[in-house]
Amino acid sequence: MSKVADMRRFPGFLQLTLLCLLVLYAPLMVVMAYSFNDNTSITIWGGFSLRWYEDVFFGVEAPKFKQAALNSLTIAVMAATCATVIAVSSAVAMMRARRLRGRTASFALINLPLMVPEIVTAVASLIFFSAIGFTTGYATILVAHIVFCIPFAYLPIAARMQSIEDTYEQAAMDLYATPAQAFRLVLLPLMMPGIFSGFLLAFIISLDDFLITNFVKGAGIETLPTAIFGSVKQGIKPNIMAISTLLLLVSVGFVTLSYLASRMGQNKTKT
Amino acid sequence: MAGGMASASNSAGIYKGRAGLLILPSWLVIGFFLLLPVCMMLIYSFLTKEFRGGVIWEFSLAAYDQFFFNRGLFGDEPPKIEWTYITIFWRSLWQAGLATAFCLVIGFPTAWFIATRVPRHRTVWLLLITIPYWVNLLIRTVSMKFLIRDTGPLNEFLLWLGMIGEPIHLINTNLAVQLGLFYSYLPFMVLPIYASAERYNFALSEAAADLYAGRWTILRLIILPAVKPGIIAGSILVFVPSLGAFLAPDLLGGAKTFMIGSLIEEQFKGNAGNWPFGAAVSMILLSIVMTVLIFYARNQTRREAL
Repeated sequence: MSKVADMRRFPGFLQLTLLCLLVLYAPLMVVMAYSFNDNTSITIWGGFSLRWYEDVFFGVEAPKFKQAALNSLTIAVMAATCATVIAVSSAVAMMRARRLRGRTASFALINLPLMVPEIVTAVASLIFFSAIGFTTGYATILVAHIVFCIPFAYLPIAARMQSIEDTYEQAAMDLYATPAQAFRLVLLPLMMPGIFSGFLLAFIISLDDFLITNFVKGAGIETLPTAIFGSVKQGIKPNIMAISTLLLLVSVGFVTLSYLASRMGQNKTKT
Repeated sequence: MAGGMASASNSAGIYKGRAGLLILPSWLVIGFFLLLPVCMMLIYSFLTKEFRGGVIWEFSLAAYDQFFFNRGLFGDEPPKIEWTYITIFWRSLWQAGLATAFCLVIGFPTAWFIATRVPRHRTVWLLLITIPYWVNLLIRTVSMKFLIRDTGPLNEFLLWLGMIGEPIHLINTNLAVQLGLFYSYLPFMVLPIYASAERYNFALSEAAADLYAGRWTILRLIILPAVKPGIIAGSILVFVPSLGAFLAPDLLGGAKTFMIGSLIEEQFKGNAGNWPFGAAVSMILLSIVMTVLIFYARNQTRREAL
């Protein structure tokens, strides 16, 4: 290739990429660093300490945050599980059925939670629950989370299914497997990497949500994001930075997990 | 059940007659808990407000009237155009547009840079871009607020460098909100452009170079059109959530940087307590977003038809 035309190298693109990473990481790094600050003032550095982590687990606000974390976790697990089951069933219908009435409409519907702005979903849900006289609380949060988790679970599962040809199931059927067996013993194991990524994505999205939760949660129940938001409204305190750092590490752990899972999935299809 | 050779060409037979049943849960859950609620929101926007939240079941155009017209304190003056809410919408559109432009300016070179690395390095760069996307948005916004405070690390750093004489006041300004939006949705721009750029065929630019096209000409006339689908998808993924954003304007901005998200939130959670008005503003926001998405979808189908 001639020297003039190396389109792989543009002057300044590396610098812009580094700038991009700097913008993305600087705030997180700074908060991480300051969470180890041994000083009540958030501005002045007073040496390294783990006191704010101690405060998170054993301090005055610890029960509040523990309860909120527990709510977040249980809701995320249940919402992601329900959304994944629904997504698997929809993906099979969408990708395998030869004729499906209203396929386009179904596709639009599954993706609807992605298209409607979060704040609008939040408002609509609040109005709906209040109109049918549903008491807002744990159940309403769970239902709202299942709804917006479905497309996030669906996308990786559908993407995975696209690369699975139906010859495997066909072979199973030829060997007298029942349709249920063909699904359970052949298709489902092949779909597993997609199901796993879908579940993880839905789980993270549920854990991440603040806006919709804040609208439908009602009084007296908090998830981690709403508890953090309430606390931040009165100013950023060091314990919030410690919680943020912990949550950040959880997120990084999940990315790594999903990355490894996708690599394992790739290896499996190769062999 | 039609097993065996009859359906050898297609396994659809396995799920014959069951597809409707399989798709049903999606329809039930999303239909009942999202589609129906949006319809109810539309109805609510035409009802009469109850003070301190809720509605009275009586038809009224008051919510939309309040949005567009000002009839004075007692509602008996001749209607004038009400600029308050239009200004808020205008500001939101402007901020979202600006955030999209900034994300594109930084996001395109980043995506291109990553897509042109050797595959092994690509994964690492890509992972670095993806990690922040997985981190809780609230935490990211709070981190940004911490960083750019008047007495925050950014100002201290710049003072220490001697680049500025006194702290820059960023918090509660439009610029801070802009920075927050840019920072929140930047990965959404990089990833779709990367997906397009990865498929780029370098023979195209080599051919152009053989015909004496310069590097920037190739970029403008060949590469940019080739990755256009990614650019459009990325722009929508940044623009749409920015338009209805709540966290960035609420945490980084102030009264003067009010955006649609805060306006709506105030009607339900805040002091305003005007549900029909909140529903009406949500409907207007939803209409704008749906218009953008429909235009996008029509473009997509036209592209596929070609």
